[in-house]
Amino acid sequence: MTNEELKQSLTENFSGAQFEEGGEWICMAVEAAQFRETAGRLRSFSSLDFDYLFCLTCIDWKTHLTMVYHFTSTKYRHMLVVKVKLDRNVPSIDTVCDIWRTAEFHEREVYDLFGVKFNNHPDLRRLFMTDEWNGWPLRKDYEDPVNMIKL
Amino acid sequence: MPEDQKKEAPNFPGQVHHTPGGGILVSSIDDVISWARSNSLWPLVFGTSCCAIEMMSTAAPKYDWSRFGFEVARATPRQADVIIIAGTIVNKMAPVLKRLYDQMADPKYVIAMGACATSGGPFFYNTYSVVKGADHVIPVDVYIAGCPPRPEALLHALITLQEKIRQGGKREQIKIDASKLEK
Repeated sequence: MTNEELKQSLTENFSGAQFEEGGEWICMAVEAAQFRETAGRLRSFSSLDFDYLFCLTCIDWKTHLTMVYHFTSTKYRHMLVVKVKLDRNVPSIDTVCDIWRTAEFHEREVYDLFGVKFNNHPDLRRLFMTDEWNGWPLRKDYEDPVNMIKL
Repeated sequence: MPEDQKKEAPNFPGQVHHTPGGGILVSSIDDVISWARSNSLWPLVFGTSCCAIEMMSTAAPKYDWSRFGFEVARATPRQADVIIIAGTIVNKMAPVLKRLYDQMADPKYVIAMGACATSGGPFFYNTYSVVKGADHVIPVDVYIAGCPPRPEALLHALITLQEKIRQGGKREQIKIDASKLEK
C-alpha cells in the first residue's frame, strides 16, 4: 500500500485517528486508553497486516512522555508510526508483547530508562541498570551526583 | 665503534666486537629480554566500540600490524601480552576489564585507544554510565588521542610501547624518561 492508500484505510478503520504530517511515514496519534485495541487491529486486519514491530522507544518532552512505535508489514512493505502521549508523573500504557513478542525486551528497556509502566507485562524489571538502581536515566531531569559531571 | 659495525645489529641492544673468525656480542640479560618482549607483543581481542573497527583495520592487510610484531591477537587473556582498550568503558564493563587485566600473565601492557578510553571523551559530561578514563580501572602505558584514532596513530602507539619496553618500562614503572626513547 502507498502512504495515501494506507492513510485512507486507517481513517476508515480507526475513527478519530489523528495524523501528523511531514514525515517519511504515516504517523498516527492514539490515546493511551485506545492503544491496546488499535494495536491488536493493526496486526489482525488482513489488509494492514503489521506483523513486525521494528522500533519501540520513548521521548521525554519535559511536559509529557511520548511512546513511539514503528510498524511494518513483511507482506505489504508499508510502514506506520504510532505515537501515544503519556502523563509524565504516572506514565503507564498497556503492553503489546503478546501481539509482537519483540516488545517484551523493548518495553523492559523503556521501563528501565524512562520509567514507563507497561500494564500486564510478564517480566517488567530493570534491563541495563542494576535492580537496586534509583531513577530513570534517560529522563531530562535525571540527576546522578556520583557518576555524572554536569555541564 | 665504527659505523659499519653498528649497522650489523641496528635494533639489538648490545655491541658486536669483531675478532678474527667471528665476533663477541656484549649485552645485558635484561636488555635482551626487553628487546625480545617488545618484538613479540600479542594483543588481546578486546573492543568495546568504534575504535575496535580502526583496530581491526590496523590488523588487516592494508596496515598489517604484524609487520611490527603484533602478529597474533589472542581471544584469551591468559595468552595475551597487551590489551588495547578500543572503545568506551561503561560502569558495567569496568569490572570485566579489571578481570581481564588481572587474568593476563605478567609482563602485561595496556594501551588506551581514543578519547573514550583516555578520559571518557565525548561522554565526559552529563552521562550516568561511562567511566571517565580507563586508567580509573587499570594502569595505562600509552594513550592515543583521536575519536577514533587513525590506524597510523595506533601503529605509532604500538611502536612507542615497544620503545618503552626496551627502555625498561613496566607495570611498576609506567612513566619513563621520554628523552631516552628512540627518535
